[in-house]
Amino acid sequence: MTSPPAIEADNLVKHFGETVAVDGVSFSVPEGTVLGMLGPNGAGKTTTVRMMTTLTTPTSGTARVAGHDVIREPGAVRRSMGLTGQAATVDELLTGRENLRLIGGLYGLSSKYIARASDDLLERFSLTEAGNRIVKTYSGGMRRRLDLAVSLIATPPVLFLDEPTTGLDPRSRVELWDVLRELVRDGTTLLLTTQYLEEADQLADRIVVIDKGSVIAEGTPLQLKDQSGKAAVVVTVSNVADLPAAEKLLRSQVAEVHIDEASRQLTAAANGLADMTRIASVFADSAIELDDLGLKRPSLDDVFLHLTGHRAEDAEETPDEELVP
Amino acid sequence: MTAVIERPEIRDTGLLRQSMVIVRRNLIHIKRMPEMLMDVTIQPVMFVMLFAFVFGGSIQTGSPAGYREWLLGGIMGQTIAFASFVVAVGLTADIEKGIVDRMRSLPINPAAVLVGRSISSLLHSSIGIIVMSLTGLVIGWRIRGSVFDAVLAYVLLLMWGFAMIWVGILVGSKMRSVEAVNGVMFTTMFPITFLANTFAPTENMPKALRWLAEWNPISALVQAVRELWGNTPPVASDAALPLQHPVLTTFIWTIGITLVIAPLAIRTFRRRTQD
Repeated sequence: MTSPPAIEADNLVKHFGETVAVDGVSFSVPEGTVLGMLGPNGAGKTTTVRMMTTLTTPTSGTARVAGHDVIREPGAVRRSMGLTGQAATVDELLTGRENLRLIGGLYGLSSKYIARASDDLLERFSLTEAGNRIVKTYSGGMRRRLDLAVSLIATPPVLFLDEPTTGLDPRSRVELWDVLRELVRDGTTLLLTTQYLEEADQLADRIVVIDKGSVIAEGTPLQLKDQSGKAAVVVTVSNVADLPAAEKLLRSQVAEVHIDEASRQLTAAANGLADMTRIASVFADSAIELDDLGLKRPSLDDVFLHLTGHRAEDAEETPDEELVP
Repeated sequence: MTAVIERPEIRDTGLLRQSMVIVRRNLIHIKRMPEMLMDVTIQPVMFVMLFAFVFGGSIQTGSPAGYREWLLGGIMGQTIAFASFVVAVGLTADIEKGIVDRMRSLPINPAAVLVGRSISSLLHSSIGIIVMSLTGLVIGWRIRGSVFDAVLAYVLLLMWGFAMIWVGILVGSKMRSVEAVNGVMFTTMFPITFLANTFAPTENMPKALRWLAEWNPISALVQAVRELWGNTPPVASDAALPLQHPVLTTFIWTIGITLVIAPLAIRTFRRRTQD
């Protein structure tokens, strides 16, 4: 695959007066892949998306969507991408079908095409029955799905999704993920912002982590997890009585061991597979009976904590010391 | 690896077609929520009735057919001034809900958002003008001038409505919520439309107030349509200059307001939506 990247950001900067919202963000997304932009509230994700989708002019830097420059060819950019904003921006007083017709009409698509595409999209997003109902009566999940359907009426090759599942219940979230995977399978390039580490982990081929307007890490989900380097070997003994013996054995192999009696688990910081096989063989030679032994990779949550010193989800609400009693 | 997907042809249908798509959407809104039309139907009819029958007996005007006929031009002026209100509320709601952003992310002429909103608001206000005319006919208002003058009066009202659209876009782009728009518009538009010759003649007002009322642009508009419809004789010679030449003054005001406010409004709208 030597085709040029579908999305490219080149040192994007955006100032709002004195505030620096985005401070030199660069990344590129190969065609047909998913980039997850991960970061807490106020990290600059939405502003970056607004610059990429021609809604806001960058203070400096530039970006290309499907090969078109967002500053010099905004029209061409708008023709090749769809945007689903943070709030479900569907018209509440219109029916689902009328929403599709409104946006399809603005794209200048023929009525015949809009009618056919609407049928397909409503079907695909399980909204066929709700298609002729006013959006006001829709649930949050249905609104999100319609919002996405509307963004797809002209089948754009590139899709921007700004926090597509914020405020959705877990079931609706998983349903939306399935739809997004389907889109990518059909060749759409996706950029999605999210505060949820699990979401980026589930959907993204590559992740950029943004904090305070800058990219602080980039890579595949696996690379990011390795980068924070805190894998651990978790040993579960069968009998609580064996815990002290197991601890002694572990300490002979690694320096740091944490014991949890309730779950009969010992956690030892490890450097990866090699450590684990060594520990496994030591236990195999001993008389201690085990329920389980495994390698636990750090979650993206751990990665975020490692990179920024604060957790992703409560970055906003935690004013550090104040919470300490 | 990537499947071949059918991509439809995106056509640039131009500003007018794009604006009409938005107008159609706004008309569906009215169909779904007919109470949106209350401000140009029930409300002005109520005003006509209240003023005509509650205050009407005690207000002396120079109109040959009495207060009711004189009143109608005033109510028309007030209704069309409130066109700015209609635009502002609609625009703020669309900005707030992200609808404007969604439209701006599409390959359309960016002006279509404002033009579409303006055309629907003019349609909205035109309904008010029609309702008022019919109500007037019922309570005894008649057009007593020439056809040309009568049409000119309606043209002046629409021109005034056009100027008010820009005021609406300015206020709508500045305010952060529909509630704020309501607050600002009620506290400004009511005094402005009352401190004029809309509901009572200016001759009996205290001197300073009379001066203000007669220089109020709405007074010129109202005096113009009254004269053109033959509902009132020309003003007394001691009236302020604008009322001596109401038609000309109204032309100047509408063009002046548009020239000054339109660039401001467009700039404010751009600032609000582009950052």
